[in-house]
Amino acid sequence: MIRVVHYVNQFFGGIGGEDKADLPPRLVEGPVGPGKAVQAALGERGEVVATVICGDNYFAENIERASGEVRELVLPYKPDLFVAGPAFNAGRYGIACGATCKMAQNELGIIPAITGMYEENPGVDLYRRDVYIIQTTDRAKGMADAVSKMMNFAGKLLGKQSIGRPADEGYFPRGQLVNELVDLTGAERVIDMLLSKLRKEPFESEVERPVYDRVKPASPIKDIRSATIALVTDGGLVPKGNPDRIEMTTATRFGRYDIKNVDTLDPADYEVSHGGYDSTLVRQDPNRLVPVDAMRDLERKGAIGKLHDKFYSTTGLSSIVDIMKKVGQRIAESLKAEGVSGVILTST
Amino acid sequence: MGIPAVQLSAVIAVAEMVGSNRIMLAQKIVNPVGNANLDPDEEKKLRRSMVEKALTALQAEAGEQVVLR
Repeated sequence: MIRVVHYVNQFFGGIGGEDKADLPPRLVEGPVGPGKAVQAALGERGEVVATVICGDNYFAENIERASGEVRELVLPYKPDLFVAGPAFNAGRYGIACGATCKMAQNELGIIPAITGMYEENPGVDLYRRDVYIIQTTDRAKGMADAVSKMMNFAGKLLGKQSIGRPADEGYFPRGQLVNELVDLTGAERVIDMLLSKLRKEPFESEVERPVYDRVKPASPIKDIRSATIALVTDGGLVPKGNPDRIEMTTATRFGRYDIKNVDTLDPADYEVSHGGYDSTLVRQDPNRLVPVDAMRDLERKGAIGKLHDKFYSTTGLSSIVDIMKKVGQRIAESLKAEGVSGVILTST
Repeated sequence: MGIPAVQLSAVIAVAEMVGSNRIMLAQKIVNPVGNANLDPDEEKKLRRSMVEKALTALQAEAGEQVVLR
């Protein structure tokens, strides 16, 4: 007997509309609203033992707290499967569905979880790598179809059957690269793709193209004369011996290097771990990449408050965007903790 | 909130593509803040002026993207 717990928002839970979006999560026994379709799909094989209903704003405004509260409500019911939504195009609901499914997978005894969303739901981009999200239409009119697809897929998860490609199974790509044995070589496949592209025919890329997001520009520095400025580079300048083993390509790390009381970078102290450019000139004079000498001049002159006493370095060559995003975040956290007000980033 | 950062790069197109907000044109890929054809003193002066210009970008509103050449 498959025990299922279902998550819905305040609207599908029949409690109210936007006026009830601040509702903290609560649990009722049995299926509610679309849960009845979930129960119908289960038939004799299982039971929706409980439904968690939560306000969309309550969840979206504090995802971690709400996920924790849902977990506490659900744990005693020991479900075998967690179902959320489907959320269609409702963004806050999509976020809640994604987050609760992720929680169920990680914290409820690692049970399978399934939800459904329309492709433009922000919950898709946020959670598709963590959870299986079945593709749905954008309106609740598609409820029966969405639930049926979700529960079919859930059956495969429960039966530990092998899961096929996203396009075949109807879920959003999870960003996983899976090895497959095929008859055509890579060269043959890529030429086929190119020919399709030139003929304006559809083709499926085997590799996901990175998407570059836009970040709101940070506010300008108001008082440069009292600001601490840090130097950061992706040119791979490292102390001799590369103590942190920054990789010369596809780097996963960065280093923080002390330049306290250093007036100018001495070529004897540095080397370059970067396979993408001829580093001769930089090795002759590392200030050409990390302009410590010029910054010290400005510091002495009072044009800036202080040159930060560490420079940060990584290698930007064949980088994986997701990894460099994390590297950037960690560098930013470090800079923030050390009271840096501005950064000059030098790239090769 | 965020820390303003200005990116010095000889390849502005890439900086624009990935969404840098404050961008400044650097000299060369192999010599971003320098020029090996100059005397050492002249090169240092060039580096000084580039860094000073970079600081102005940190003090400017960025709007969509700011590109200094």
